[in-house]
Amino acid sequence: MSLIATLARLEAVESGRAQPLATVRHRHLSERPLVFVPLTTAGEAGAPLGALVGTDRNAPTLLVVPQPRDRDLRFTFLADLAEAVLPYLDAYAADIELTERSETDPETGKKTKVEVELCADAPQLIVPGRAGVDFVRLLGRSMRFRRTAEQDPDAPYPAPPRVPLLGRWFTHYAERARTPGAALLLAATDLLNRHWATGQSSLEDQHLGALLAWIDPPAGEPGAEAALRAELARGADGQLLCPPAGPATDPAFDNRLLAPAVERYDRARQALQAAEDGLAADDRLGQLTAAEREIRRLLAAQLMPTWSAVWRALDLLRELPEGDRAAARWTSDRWSFTGHRDRITAGEPPQPRRDDAVTAATKLLRRERAQAELEAGEALDDPLVMAGRRLSGEAFAGEVVEVTPAWSESKRPSPRPLLTLRTDDAPHLAEGAKVYRSLDGKPQKAEFVAYEPGGALVLRVLDKMGRAKDPAPGSVPEKGDRICWTLFEHEQRGAPKLPDPEATPWTHGGPPGAATAEQPDAPTPEDLL
Amino acid sequence: MRGNAFEAKVKGDGGTELLRLLHERMGEGAEPPGQAPTPDLAAAGPEGRAARTALALREATEAGGWALLDHPMLALEVAGSPAYLEPDAVVVHPDGRWTVVEIKSFPMIDAAADPSKVGAAARQSAVYVLALERVAVLTKGASVDHSVLLVCPRDFSNLPTASVVDVRKQLAVTRRQLTRLSRIEDIADELPPGTTFDLDGQSGASLATAVEAVPAVYAPECLAACELAFHCRGRAREQGTVTALGRSLRGELGSLTTVEEVLAAARGESGDPADPTVAAVRRAAALRAEAGAPCH
Ligand code: SF4
Repeated sequence: MSLIATLARLEAVESGRAQPLATVRHRHLSERPLVFVPLTTAGEAGAPLGALVGTDRNAPTLLVVPQPRDRDLRFTFLADLAEAVLPYLDAYAADIELTERSETDPETGKKTKVEVELCADAPQLIVPGRAGVDFVRLLGRSMRFRRTAEQDPDAPYPAPPRVPLLGRWFTHYAERARTPGAALLLAATDLLNRHWATGQSSLEDQHLGALLAWIDPPAGEPGAEAALRAELARGADGQLLCPPAGPATDPAFDNRLLAPAVERYDRARQALQAAEDGLAADDRLGQLTAAEREIRRLLAAQLMPTWSAVWRALDLLRELPEGDRAAARWTSDRWSFTGHRDRITAGEPPQPRRDDAVTAATKLLRRERAQAELEAGEALDDPLVMAGRRLSGEAFAGEVVEVTPAWSESKRPSPRPLLTLRTDDAPHLAEGAKVYRSLDGKPQKAEFVAYEPGGALVLRVLDKMGRAKDPAPGSVPEKGDRICWTLFEHEQRGAPKLPDPEATPWTHGGPPGAATAEQPDAPTPEDLL
Repeated sequence: MRGNAFEAKVKGDGGTELLRLLHERMGEGAEPPGQAPTPDLAAAGPEGRAARTALALREATEAGGWALLDHPMLALEVAGSPAYLEPDAVVVHPDGRWTVVEIKSFPMIDAAADPSKVGAAARQSAVYVLALERVAVLTKGASVDHSVLLVCPRDFSNLPTASVVDVRKQLAVTRRQLTRLSRIEDIADELPPGTTFDLDGQSGASLATAVEAVPAVYAPECLAACELAFHCRGRAREQGTVTALGRSLRGELGSLTTVEEVLAAARGESGDPADPTVAAVRRAAALRAEAGAPCH
């Protein structure tokens, strides 16, 4: 945590309200995100219990597994989830624009422009917290290798038709969420924590209810009190007023409300199976339906506060204007979505259980690049973030007090003007260090020449001044300009090239075998998912 | 609960499946165990059980074969008082090695489990290893593995799978922490005479006073580990301690230990500008204000 963020936390303690960590929104938010609030079954690591899902805050779809140990009921849940999610994804997959991309011709090695499809927008999934992201990954893993009856007529427990496809998409979204700055799948808590500092620790900030209590406390109430209420307050029935945002549930809910309801459901089901005539069966079916309705009611009551909290979080975030570079990063998300859409259409098998060496290394490099790009982008979009970089000596802001025209020593001299700047910042500059400023959104490079006796520093501008002997108008700072320079680059240059998959050295596992579909998990009598 | 059912399943049938997994992962060329003796460890009281466990370990090591100890009892001195620990199982190898087995109900998916849960299991097992070492030094031919066997359900099933977890780092940390703990008697000496934490026989208020009398060093990590966390947090907040917001703040803010002190220094109302921490918070506050964050 930078000292600036720490100060913001302390000010939040003092004022009783969260303090801003950003002046713009650093993540793109879709006009129409899909919110997904899942719950799992206590003690059955990962078995789904229920979920709210949908794009309309006033009309979520409630999905429930009345008996989580029952494979058929879990399959029904997954099939319903696929029906709730896939049409949303499909709508974006179908809306495309044509764009150009340069590709290297494998024969000649020449770069050529080819026309490709890019989805005009991408679907965005929002979950309450990080555990929700992990659960999307888990669901993805559990579904993507399943076989439907059509794919494998002999499968002992064939999956409902669209479930494996949902598994592939969930896997893709969870994988993309590991890329810094990516916004296809986001946790509401991460979004809020990026933009506000509360008066509590980052551990407590994982509680969506407490976090919102600090950012947007009820009128007049100090954040700490509102947060404490969100953490601990229980109603007369002993249930938390602000249930956990999941996927894990509160033990008091499990033991006092859910367990008896599931037991009633089980009994009703047994009774129905034992029914001897149609009349008795009708009657018992009615009891079973009532038992299921009760479970739905209980789960809806647990889920609704979180559902509303996620939408409230989105409202708060929308009040911030979106950063320019956040919008640019969203384009990468659109590429990511389009790419996966294309892999599915091309009939490629689901993502393997484990990446081969080249894929793993490529992902790692891309993530490192994305991290550097994100850090630079957020700082350039937002003076409050830049303040942190200035404090750490990675950037400085100063006033131009003198501009001295100068030229390079070559046959065709190019402009290399010298700038004298006064700054209160303390950048870590070595002689010849490169610094960058943003000129119409493009980085302009300069190098550090020397400190003057009075403490002012001298820079030599190196590029973006046109081809003529004299600099193009507006390309050189003028006396009196106040400019922020960074020691870090604004854009990442091309990533180092990795060998083609076919040329993977044996030390890294050798060339991958043919991309064949992996075997599904063998079913056992006691599976959770 | 599935957790208990899973443990029972892993240990069922005389522990054959558990021993098979252990042999596969850490057998190092020894004969496969097949059926191994599972000595009876029942005895009266934790002390008795710990003594019974030590005896069983010695006998199994002398016998030079495989043995499976189900829920052995180990003793470890913590802050000057004995604490009794009960690992899920300890396996004795034919070569005299002892291995701690930890059985958990979180799944291992594609051979990898949630790293934070594996970390917690490793910290827990390290304490068992430490306690076992106290017995091993007194037993001829015995040594304790610094790797433990973690057994979890595989993928989405209830079938066991295992992985070997190296706990050397956790061992070093635990050893250091144990030597740094203040002795319980020393803490008790500081308390007013007659202080008791007995839940019966005193009012809530006097119990609260008793708890207040003990110094506490609250940090947010307490929330996941200690039932007194909300109490200690409230107290830390009342005192305005900066570490209530995170342990790392202590290093960052040096001599400034309360929220009030830091903010006063940041506003230039107090603090020695020559103190590098004071200078840093002032600079940070100035940059923050310049960047448009509201100031008070
Ligand atoms: S919460 Fe528990 S561990 Fe933490 S300081 Fe208080 S008593 Fe100690």
